[in-house]
Amino acid sequence: MATLSHDDVRHIAKLARLTLSDEEVEKYAKELTSILAYIDTLQEVDTEGVEPTAQVTGLTNSFREDSIAPSDITPEALLECSPLPVVENQIQTPSAHG
Amino acid sequence: MGNTLTIAQAHDKLRTKQCSSSELVQACIDRIESVDPTVNAVVYKNFERALNEAKKIDSAGDFSHPLAGIPYLTKDVYCEKGIPTTACSNILRAKDYVPPFDSTTTARLKASGAISIGKSNTDEFTMGASTETSCYGTTRCPWDTSRVAGGSSGGSAAGVAADECLFALGTDTGGSIRQPASFCGCTGLRVTYGRTSRYGVMSMASSLDTIGPLCKSIEDIAIVLGAIAGKDPLDATTADVPVPDYRAALTGNIKGMKLGLPKEYFIDGMHAETEAAVRATTEVFESLGATVEEISLPHTAYATPTYYIICPSEVSSNMARFDGIRYGHTVENAENLVEYYKDVRSDGFGPEVKRRIMIGTYALSAGYFDAYYRQAQKVRTLILQDFTTAFKSVDAIIAPVAPNPAFTVGAHENDPVAMYLEDIFLDSQVMAGIPALSVPCGFSKEHLPIGLQIMGPQWQEENVLKIAHAYEQATTWHTAKPSL
Repeated sequence: MATLSHDDVRHIAKLARLTLSDEEVEKYAKELTSILAYIDTLQEVDTEGVEPTAQVTGLTNSFREDSIAPSDITPEALLECSPLPVVENQIQTPSAHG
Repeated sequence: MGNTLTIAQAHDKLRTKQCSSSELVQACIDRIESVDPTVNAVVYKNFERALNEAKKIDSAGDFSHPLAGIPYLTKDVYCEKGIPTTACSNILRAKDYVPPFDSTTTARLKASGAISIGKSNTDEFTMGASTETSCYGTTRCPWDTSRVAGGSSGGSAAGVAADECLFALGTDTGGSIRQPASFCGCTGLRVTYGRTSRYGVMSMASSLDTIGPLCKSIEDIAIVLGAIAGKDPLDATTADVPVPDYRAALTGNIKGMKLGLPKEYFIDGMHAETEAAVRATTEVFESLGATVEEISLPHTAYATPTYYIICPSEVSSNMARFDGIRYGHTVENAENLVEYYKDVRSDGFGPEVKRRIMIGTYALSAGYFDAYYRQAQKVRTLILQDFTTAFKSVDAIIAPVAPNPAFTVGAHENDPVAMYLEDIFLDSQVMAGIPALSVPCGFSKEHLPIGLQIMGPQWQEENVLKIAHAYEQATTWHTAKPSL
């Protein structure tokens, strides 16, 4: 059974782009370990030769014409949703390089 | 008192000019103002716009569609153009997200003349079984306000049960329509995966999410489903399967139909009155000429662990879009872009969303994918095969919705696994992509509603509704109203 250490939790949080306080790390280490113990019960199921299911109704490729369809959503309306400054129709984010 | 009507009853009155749509909308508004401070089902009131719509529909006078002029609530994850839609999350509430487009479902309802009067409460991004993770606070069960309404579509179920609307829209990823319907004593349908369009509805787990109605009767479910079902070019997982006249299927005649009662759904520790109420439905079905036989769905116990791998994995992917750039919460003075993402997400997401993102991130991370996600997808196949085998010998399956009636607010506060176990009868259907509904079948001694679950093969909503309707016509549970 997997037991998550505080470092494991910090690593997962980093991958998930979350910052956790020390109290949260403590809390999630316990909770995530108990959740993993529960979902680990699946390891006892014999799935030798069983195909995985991703699309449950059996749809395969769903194609459409590669054509331009009208939309009543304007770029301005989409930019309006951003909480960040909009400059020349682009969203200004903090620097990617720090 | 128009707010207490079913859709079918209200439609008759509208058609024969015994009432107007404006009166119906106003009756719902008055009811919301009077009971919602206690119930907390409604998180955004869209009253002015609704009254204007009603006025227009009244003056046009065309009530040919059964939904024309009918007021409804929609779960706070359905995008409606110009209306704040926040998934009951601080990440979208800090700067209200106001979608510049409509979901396919609300657009279809609008085209039929139905009137959206507000947004209903949900667990944050639909993650929960009690509506307690909402940033707007918990929705209360209208039958006992010290208890939860269930979740995640708790606001929709409580709103319907408390007559704050004529019907409501919900989403069911792991039971989020059926369980609150059961706790609140209304009817709710989870459709076959891909029967209704998910376009414009905020995703939780894309291979499991379905959208569907909560209503006061099975006939109303049939009416709403008829208006929203069908292929949508904007959702590639909707299938090109014809949409039948669901209402026409409600003949009341289920003579000769074979129903299965799965032994795995009666477990140690379940509420005795829930078990008794569900078992008692057998007599009703037999008196209607159907037969009930015990069946087995051997992988039932694995459905919930499977769900809590697949769902968080897909959650961790879907929640990645909430990065504080295109919409939602923002923070100031972040050192760089990665720190900005972390600050926005840590601030904006609540504990259950973070929990699921982390479980999913772990399950999908290098070295664990085969052991978790791939294994879960294989068990999913086995669960689907259980149903395929069962439906060779029975037309439909009846079972409890939940192992217990509504629980007390805060009961599972410090125990996420206990909250997950609320889903134990609700996840197999999700894994198999089959339709399943909840219909009222009794009350506990404490006068809390109990729901019966009816499931059928993929795309056979018609049969499921027919059976539920026949049951409803033979009983009076669905007509009981809470006193608020």
